[in-house]
Amino acid sequence: MKKLLTLGLGLVTLTAAAASAETITGAGSSFVYPLYTKMFAEYKKTNNTDVNYQSVGSGAGQQQIIARTVDFGASDNPMSDETMKTAPGKLLHIPTAIGAVVASYNVPGVTTQLQFTGPLLADIYLGKVKLWNDPAIKKLNPDVTLPALPITVARRSDGSGTTAVFTDYLSKISTEWKTKVGSANSVQWPVGVGGKGNDGVAGIVKSTPGSIGYVELTYAKQNKLLFGSVQNHAGKFIVPDNGPAALAAQGVVIPADTRVSITNSANAGAYPISSFTYVIFYQDQKYGNRTQAQAKEFKNLLNWMVGAGQQYNEPLDYAKLPANVVNKAKTILNSVTYGGAKL
Amino acid sequence: MNETLPRKVKLPRLSSRGDGIFRTVIIGLSLIIALTFVLSIVLLGQQSWPAIQEFGLGFLTTNVWNPVTSEYGALSLVMGTLLTSFLALLISVPLAIASALFVAEYAPKWLANPVGYLVELLAAVPSVVYGLWALFALKPLFQQVQLWLYTSNPDLTGHCIELFNSNKTSLPCFFMPQVPTGLGFLLAVTILAIMILPFTASVARDVIRLVPADQREAMYALGATKWEVISLAILPYARAGIMGGVILALGRALGETLAVAMVIGNTPEIIKSIWSPTATMASMIANQFGDAREGLQRASVVGLGLTLFFVSVFVNLIARSIILRMTPKGL
Repeated sequence: MKKLLTLGLGLVTLTAAAASAETITGAGSSFVYPLYTKMFAEYKKTNNTDVNYQSVGSGAGQQQIIARTVDFGASDNPMSDETMKTAPGKLLHIPTAIGAVVASYNVPGVTTQLQFTGPLLADIYLGKVKLWNDPAIKKLNPDVTLPALPITVARRSDGSGTTAVFTDYLSKISTEWKTKVGSANSVQWPVGVGGKGNDGVAGIVKSTPGSIGYVELTYAKQNKLLFGSVQNHAGKFIVPDNGPAALAAQGVVIPADTRVSITNSANAGAYPISSFTYVIFYQDQKYGNRTQAQAKEFKNLLNWMVGAGQQYNEPLDYAKLPANVVNKAKTILNSVTYGGAKL
Repeated sequence: MNETLPRKVKLPRLSSRGDGIFRTVIIGLSLIIALTFVLSIVLLGQQSWPAIQEFGLGFLTTNVWNPVTSEYGALSLVMGTLLTSFLALLISVPLAIASALFVAEYAPKWLANPVGYLVELLAAVPSVVYGLWALFALKPLFQQVQLWLYTSNPDLTGHCIELFNSNKTSLPCFFMPQVPTGLGFLLAVTILAIMILPFTASVARDVIRLVPADQREAMYALGATKWEVISLAILPYARAGIMGGVILALGRALGETLAVAMVIGNTPEIIKSIWSPTATMASMIANQFGDAREGLQRASVVGLGLTLFFVSVFVNLIARSIILRMTPKGL
């Protein structure tokens, strides 16, 4: 009993202590959840600031920042102009990491890395290339014995930033894809089976001979899936990894607000199916009952995430932001105000 | 004699204050239920209004789900919900009644209780656990069958894939797999049938036990066999109650979300084969609500909720009228 009491008392003091420190809340992308968990745990060690992040999906993150129920929303793709108009204030985006989407496959007898091109991936996902021994695949992989097995296409059934990146790339590469399917967080797929989440798609790929599915690089690596290299804009076959994904940000003109697609990057070493993941917040931090101290604390956190916090990206298989992007993000952060005055 | 009894026995007055309070509370509670019902319709209607305005009744009769072009129609999803639920019911009801009869009529007591308890326990298993079980235990089996069908009829397979790709099907192709993943319509039906079994089974068992002993004994006295007693005396007497259990099961099947979303293949298309990946309204909501960001998509997903609501109410009303007809007169 006594023990229980002390435990209870301890808990009470603990919560009291936690409440006294600043708490920042965020919600959104499930793709960056592992990275943010690590980042925010490290940040708390040095700054005694609690960051409460809920992994609810990019779309929900965008809605929550518009509704001002969180301090920041996290999204794998930038908000559209139309959506930004519905927000009660001016919203800013800064990228915090770069992710790559890979084509993973399960072909009986194939243990080596296959090579894909954008048009080939588009044709597979359009249902035009139906067998693994199709001449189009054979031509790219002359040394591999490919079986006469039907290709089972796996894709996401839920709305997802991963789908947005993948379909954005296919739309850039294939006009047929662009007119027939297009790009969005969820699309009307011509063929295939839907799985919920990266694990749903990976589950289908793992258990179905002859299947192909797109998943995040982080996920493919941690689950030891086989995935192919993809030919980039410069004609080179690039094995997806952190370095090539980061290079994607260097072959594209980054606008001042950083809202840009970096798929099919012109950089010769870039992996073509890469994208930024963003933090979205209000330029003017004075709303609701936010204090200036809170706003300052929040700005410090964001500055740390694009600065010192970047060291946690690569160990968790997210690509680091290149220097030019970090500079743009810092410029954006400098424009943050509190009640019109610079923070 | 009178003096042995205490004199001041206070009999409760026929209409005490407690009665009034209890009445008010009860009426209040039932009003809350009615109010919840009305408010759900209002709220769902309000949230899905943009979709209703844009598509009207076409929302129910077109088969398209395209967030890129902002076109939404729920036909395949409504069909998915109805087909999976009714087929699951078709499989599970005979099994449920058989199990109820076994427990109530045939099993020795030492076996009846544990079996009855286990059947009820099936209802307590969370649906995500059913989903996982289907993925790990049933899916590989289904996949084996599909691969066998695929490889043992190579000509038919090729022919069917051609048909499927041009959005057509034929009778033999209706039993050929579309993609050999194991996931799809039949797996969803199977898992649903198992999930709804306890609802019918436990209700049926209770009403079968409630059939008066006189009924049975009268039949036996006339020289009836056990089967004749069951089919002529017990089942007709218990019919209305069993149907009540069937309706409960149907309600569960129509709304089941997670387990179905895990195994159905999540493709908003009308089935072309019993193995086809398809989707139900509930599974589509689960998949798309979290990330539906554009106004119309969100409204359409909520519109699915509204449709599901009305479909459930409608199906229940029909089922109820069937029960009324089936109830023997005088019961």
